Amino acid sequence: MHEYSIVQALIDRVEAEARARQARAVHAVTVRIGALSGVEPELLASAYGLCREGTLCGGADLTVERAEARWACPACDCPIAAGEVLRCPACGVAARLLGGDEIILERIEMEVA
Amino acid sequence: MCQTCGCGDPEIVPVELSERILAGNERTARHNREHFEEHGVLAVNLMGSPGSGKTAVLEATARALSGRRRLAAIVGDLETDRDAERLRRAGIPAAAITTGTACHLDARMVHHALHGLDWEALDLLVIENVGNLVCPAVYDLGQAANVVALSVTEGEDKPLKYPVMFRTADLVLLTKMDLLPYLSDIRVAAIQDALARVMPEPALIPFSARSGLGMDEWVRWLERRAATPATLLQGACARAGE
Repeated sequence: MHEYSIVQALIDRVEAEARARQARAVHAVTVRIGALSGVEPELLASAYGLCREGTLCGGADLTVERAEARWACPACDCPIAAGEVLRCPACGVAARLLGGDEIILERIEMEVA
Repeated sequence: MCQTCGCGDPEIVPVELSERILAGNERTARHNREHFEEHGVLAVNLMGSPGSGKTAVLEATARALSGRRRLAAIVGDLETDRDAERLRRAGIPAAAITTGTACHLDARMVHHALHGLDWEALDLLVIENVGNLVCPAVYDLGQAANVVALSVTEGEDKPLKYPVMFRTADLVLLTKMDLLPYLSDIRVAAIQDALARVMPEPALIPFSARSGLGMDEWVRWLERRAATPATLLQGACARAGE
């Protein structure tokens, strides 16, 4: 389960940002996780719950925004639904992933003096 | 202090970052990739379930490339360096990474393992990842290509169940093909159809380390990749930066 190592990287990054801005506390952390990122939002949330103890994220709620997988033909832009053959039926070109593989730290809400 | 009315309450500010959480790993992976490019080493990240035949693929590849290409391996396992020992017996210089509880290799572990190998002199470095169809796909190691070993005994629908792994694959080796006659419910065409739904440019080589099936095609695939490192690298960097 790699969600722990992702949470560790997340908390390290949040703490570095909070220190750089001399924040007194971190209130909320928002991440965006794609359906094809290989990260399970539930596992990420439970790993966060365990790892945040004793860190600057101790009192910060985690919000996980989900992003669906979006495939399209790079030639004609027609969308290709997940689960279909990933090739444009009209152009015969391999589909391109437009979104859904994100593992992104979107925003931090912090308390500054 | 609150800037609006000066009441003395602390101010809560949102900081918009939109940053990749694994940016640190990706930096180290870029560093590894630069090393490999500079020395003309083709680095392949070989992934697959436990028991899918990754080590057997490597042993057979070493026999096929013997005297023609210089090959070494970095092998990740939770415990023991048995696979590295197996590879050394097959004549492949191998460095073991024992990950303990970690279910995948990351770029830093690979960088560290390079210190135990005379890797600059190689043509081909295969990084045999931890047996797992989920986690290894998430971490860029600096490789030029991802290869997934999928054995026929794993079932027809594995690609549909593990789309993240197969989406990142440049090639799938369908291993243990010598067992296919004993598996009445497994059709290669069904595996190809499943791959086409998760892998935009599906590439599959039916392979058997035991019979030698697919070895020529696999070696040609490696030779093609090795012959065009610059092109490869651009592709891999574009993927890493997506």
